[in-house]
Amino acid sequence: MATVTPYELKYGAATREAFGRALVEAAKKNPDIVVCDADLSKSTMVHYFAQEFPDRFFSCGIAEANMVALGAGLAMAGKIPFVASFSAFVLTKGFEQLRTTVAYPGVNVKVIGTHSGISIGEDGPSQMSIEDFALAGALPGFWVLSPADEVAMRAAVAWAVAHQGPVFIRAGRPKAPLVYEAGTAFEFGKAMQLRPGTDVTLVGTGLLVAECLKAADLLAGEGVSARVLDIHTIKPLDDEALAKAARETGALVVAEEHLVDSGLGARVAQALARHAPAPVEFIGVENRYAESGTPDGLLDHYGLRAPQVAEAARKAIARK
Amino acid sequence: MQKTSSPEELARVAKQIRRHIVEMTGAAKSGHPGGSLSAVEIVTVLYWDVMNHDPAKPKKADRDRFILSKGHAAPVLYAAMAEAGYTPVETLKTLRRLGSIYQGHPDIRYIPSLEASTGSLGQGLSLALGMGAAARLNGETWRTYVMLGDGEIQEGQIWEAAMFGSYHKIDNVVAIVDYNKLQLDGFVKDIMELEPLTGKWRAFGWHVIELDGHDIPAVQAAFAEAAATKGKPTVLIAHTVKGKGVSFMENNPKFHGVPPTADEVELALKELA
Repeated sequence: MATVTPYELKYGAATREAFGRALVEAAKKNPDIVVCDADLSKSTMVHYFAQEFPDRFFSCGIAEANMVALGAGLAMAGKIPFVASFSAFVLTKGFEQLRTTVAYPGVNVKVIGTHSGISIGEDGPSQMSIEDFALAGALPGFWVLSPADEVAMRAAVAWAVAHQGPVFIRAGRPKAPLVYEAGTAFEFGKAMQLRPGTDVTLVGTGLLVAECLKAADLLAGEGVSARVLDIHTIKPLDDEALAKAARETGALVVAEEHLVDSGLGARVAQALARHAPAPVEFIGVENRYAESGTPDGLLDHYGLRAPQVAEAARKAIARK
Repeated sequence: MQKTSSPEELARVAKQIRRHIVEMTGAAKSGHPGGSLSAVEIVTVLYWDVMNHDPAKPKKADRDRFILSKGHAAPVLYAAMAEAGYTPVETLKTLRRLGSIYQGHPDIRYIPSLEASTGSLGQGLSLALGMGAAARLNGETWRTYVMLGDGEIQEGQIWEAAMFGSYHKIDNVVAIVDYNKLQLDGFVKDIMELEPLTGKWRAFGWHVIELDGHDIPAVQAAFAEAAATKGKPTVLIAHTVKGKGVSFMENNPKFHGVPPTADEVELALKELA
């Protein structure tokens, strides 16, 4: 099993921190890696890269549109640019550039969006990215990755460097529970099954993977066997694993720190409608913006926790 | 293609390119002839005189790059690339038709020897600066040229990029503003005035050269001055005439996005004989 431990998950580094460290590691091996920053290097953690490789670090000022297209220009001349900002800014202020200078010509740009979801906490909704799967996922050719912990993030960065083509990686601000053992091998584009199960499948991504594992424990106490899948690759989605889960367990819950209407849940529903229709329940942010608060307080308040996932599982099972 | 520094030879090529622009847009019954005609001398001087490039080796690593940021002027680029030998001349008139390599705006998927897909205004300067930064990082000497429309530089991203270019001293990039004073809805001054334009670029830290964009020796001299300018990027403010070379198209806002009719094509070709 790839998972570290049941129920009491130990905290590892924030995925943004893991990103910053992994990028330096990758850049030591690959001199073509460069970074474009919009005055958030100390938050996105690309300041580690800036310290090690000042010549390969491009400060763009607070100007995301130029930053993204500049990254495209660097990539067109053979570099492997990591364009970094808060997810809420790089995907919205840079969207036109992501569309026209990156996705449409298929340019090899890597976009890192940190401070995703509502778990950024006190800064509030203007900084919270709850539309990023919708935005990045709308761009043809983009791979959209959402690592659950530091181990997955490290693998994601190494994979993104090796992959030829545009990639968006979503990272979070708070420390993330460790889901994986160090050195776990990932196959991006394929779901990771973290628990076997026969009664229901809990599909999680990012921070919600840990909540799904905890929910599986809660359900096990009631005699319900819950399968847990980590969807670390939002796009392309692993239709096969989802269809298999639908056929074998008959009901699913999708849990994500994103708007329910346009996130992973909508993609899973589309995949199942095509291949294996089954009842699905959705855990996420419902058609609204959140507010300031502590990260844990917000996740509790907006119902993005194991008890809500378990309750959704009971509902999904009842709809079989 | 035969490279040349002779203004007379370059003028001959320019005239041929003008004829293609008129014929292509006439045949397509759509497109942007006015802003293509205003850019002819600059594009001609770049491809036939200034740039290090080889149509037989379109991806050679040390080539100079040209980006047409004002992608709607695709006809001038297509005509130049075809005359230079990158793409077929005989299919230029398939412009804008389904399946044609000559798409409505430059599309690198159809013409791999293009440097960029463009058409959404405001983006080319950033791309050029990225390329310039990469060349410098690699210790390579190739240069990047990017042509901007005058209306285009109303886009905020241009000024984000302008700040970046001078701050990072990207002196291997040359921007050219095709200052023909007209944009889609009318005269630039009536839509969103750009003046004082040279002052704006100077304030953003660029080396500015103001010139007549149809005066071939002046264009050649400007590119030479740009190449000799170190420590800052250069912008050419090229005063041009929209529709240049065809009397009834010159300075006529109608020909921003409306092609000549069959009769008008015939008249224009007579003028460009």
